[in-house]
Amino acid sequence: MACLLLGVCFAPCTSATASGAESLLDSKAPEFTRIDLKGKRVNLGRLRGKIVLLNFWATWCAPCQTEMPVFKEWQRQYGSQGLQVVGISMDDDDAPVRKLAAKLSLNYPVAMGDARLGMLYGGVLGLPLTYLIDRQGVVRARFQGETDPAAIETQLKQLLAR
Amino acid sequence: MRLGQIQRTLALAVLALLTTSQSFVRAQGPAAAVSPESAFSIPKTQLLQPEELNFMLHAQGAKKPLVLQVGSHVLFSQAHIAGSEYAGPGSQEAGRALLQQRVAPLPRSTFIVIYCGCCPWERCPNIGRAFKLLHDLGFINVKALYIADNFGTGWVDKGYPVERGQ
Repeated sequence: MACLLLGVCFAPCTSATASGAESLLDSKAPEFTRIDLKGKRVNLGRLRGKIVLLNFWATWCAPCQTEMPVFKEWQRQYGSQGLQVVGISMDDDDAPVRKLAAKLSLNYPVAMGDARLGMLYGGVLGLPLTYLIDRQGVVRARFQGETDPAAIETQLKQLLAR
Repeated sequence: MRLGQIQRTLALAVLALLTTSQSFVRAQGPAAAVSPESAFSIPKTQLLQPEELNFMLHAQGAKKPLVLQVGSHVLFSQAHIAGSEYAGPGSQEAGRALLQQRVAPLPRSTFIVIYCGCCPWERCPNIGRAFKLLHDLGFINVKALYIADNFGTGWVDKGYPVERGQ
């Protein structure tokens, strides 16, 4: 009702843009290459053939830190079936990221993100944000905000079984 | 009063009723003791709904608030409220120093709106601290933009004005 009312009162500014993240579903995942915290190259294109769990997070994001140990466990559990977790930190600098990654002993690559990478993915305008990308490099699921891990795992298992 | 003004006033009144009865339920938070740095520490009377701020920014002749983003710079660079300024993440000492520096020359009566939207409201590490800092500095006309889930869904996807870049 509020939207209807506002729509009557004044139209949204024409300079406004939608985040566009939803439009990535069932599309090829935008390619990127980053150097991870250990100095290794992370190239999304080279992960073709694997199921990629692409997780945007930050050290100041409490729900992100709840998810990361779960992703670590999945990497251990499903890695042999083709899962590759990739973490992209949206922190402004890498010092706290390195500290937290070491503390959590993450078993998957973590690289620093930036606005450009965020925009490639339709705008990372809230965390956590996780994408599931299939073996052909197509985005199959998107989870924004605090999500029940079981919901992610269900879709992950379906992709792994394909 | 002109017809347009009456329509706008009515719209704002209905919005206020709607938001008070719905969104603020979540914004009020748990009944248990609240950390003074939590988003829940901000009095509900000091919260501003996105619809209200968008209305203010469009209202002709009205004095516009100073809108400050108190979250991550990476998020700010991707999209921020048109005309808003980056003021540093409230959860970090460097961020609070930047905010303090920005508001230092301003009269304490300046109408300031702060926002973040990095995370769901109840999990935001920045907004409560930034609000507390401004309060402690003596600012008496500060509102916090209530973004329930994140800046994308709470502002951008609603078609409200955004800008990109530094």
